Amino acid sequence: MSGLLWGMLFGLLAGTAIALAALFGVWWERKVAGRIQMRFGPQEAGPAGLLQTLADTIKLVLKEDITPRLADKRLFRVAPLVVFTPVAMSLAVIPFAKGWAPLDTSVGVLFFLAVPSISVLGILLGGWASGNSYATLGGMRGAAQMVSYEVPRTLAVLSVVVLAGTLRPTLLLGRFQWWWLIATFAGFVVYLISSIAEMNRGPFDLAEAESELVAGYFADYSGIRWAVFMMTEYGSVLAASLFGAATFLGGGWPFGGLLGVVALLVKAVLITTLIIWVKWTLPRMRADQLMRLCWTVLTPIALVQLLIVGAVVPWL
Amino acid sequence: MEPKLAFAYGAIASFLILGSLFVVATLGISRLLAPRKPDPEKYSIYECGSEPIGPPWVQFRVGYYVYALLFVLFDVETVFLYPWAVTVRALPVFVLGEMIVFIAILGLGLAYAWKEGALKWR
Repeated sequence: MSGLLWGMLFGLLAGTAIALAALFGVWWERKVAGRIQMRFGPQEAGPAGLLQTLADTIKLVLKEDITPRLADKRLFRVAPLVVFTPVAMSLAVIPFAKGWAPLDTSVGVLFFLAVPSISVLGILLGGWASGNSYATLGGMRGAAQMVSYEVPRTLAVLSVVVLAGTLRPTLLLGRFQWWWLIATFAGFVVYLISSIAEMNRGPFDLAEAESELVAGYFADYSGIRWAVFMMTEYGSVLAASLFGAATFLGGGWPFGGLLGVVALLVKAVLITTLIIWVKWTLPRMRADQLMRLCWTVLTPIALVQLLIVGAVVPWL
Repeated sequence: MEPKLAFAYGAIASFLILGSLFVVATLGISRLLAPRKPDPEKYSIYECGSEPIGPPWVQFRVGYYVYALLFVLFDVETVFLYPWAVTVRALPVFVLGEMIVFIAILGLGLAYAWKEGALKWR
């Protein structure tokens, strides 16, 4: 029973953290995007425009929630929930320091890789249920892309698991050694690229390509339901950055204790900035390039990376 | 059940419940505050102004199915790799050789799919 209560508390914290990270993330993205395009980004609401997202959120809550006449209404309404909840759950297993994660399980790495994939179902549902050709096409594209990039991503994380010899994220963090950075560098790059593709962000945002598909699978969503989709996107950015920093970049290394947690957060913010930078710099890929990159470039690289790491391990 | 395991399941369950509650609560707040003024135009499908022709629920190209198949194949094989990855240090070296053979077969399958043109987006 106390387990359930503790979990509830952490769940509440994680939910709040996602909401806050979404608020901060949107602001940071708009600031960075502004600088990249030689603008200032938001600067009117609050100090440096920090409250802009809050104002936007209030506006979104006050907006009318439209369910199209032709939509499959029940599926249409439940889709944002199916997209959001798995991403919120995945945050539970992220290790913040040696031996400490909101939820410390022996299969945490597998949990982190497996659970957010359930979002694919929500995207497929949302696209299909909208009763909109663009949305349906976007949903199909999104699903094909997300399941494809699942493969190199899982293989890339595997190389760190081989070195650490554990699936418990908090233990994995503790066993980090500096040369892993070099040994798993290719894996980290594959992880980063496929994570960006997993969350359907630019330059891999074919599923929502506004110039060809209007907004893809959430073309017919409005107001707060649309906001849930956007929140999920920022939640995934947060999760991917934190997890990448904790596994590939060694968490708090080279610091320990509280300073280590700060170091982890700094690394995560750097990865987030990189993800934003990539989105606002590179043009969107074509569908065939996208699939080719996944299956004929990233997957072989991940396999070779795994072989190299596997060959190194017996001599340790 | 081991208490730690019970804790883990409890925590996972509560993350699930709270994640859902968070969304439901936001939707509820919006439902209370947002206006509702039905209008036939408003509830039509958004396809940039043009009238949609026919339902969007049509048969889809088989290419998507091929990707789904490939995904299932590779994901199952990756799941087999995970137990090996955890225990690799404790195992004798020849197991590594076996795993190299396994990965090679995995690579061979990929090469075959590649050659057959399954990876080509048309």
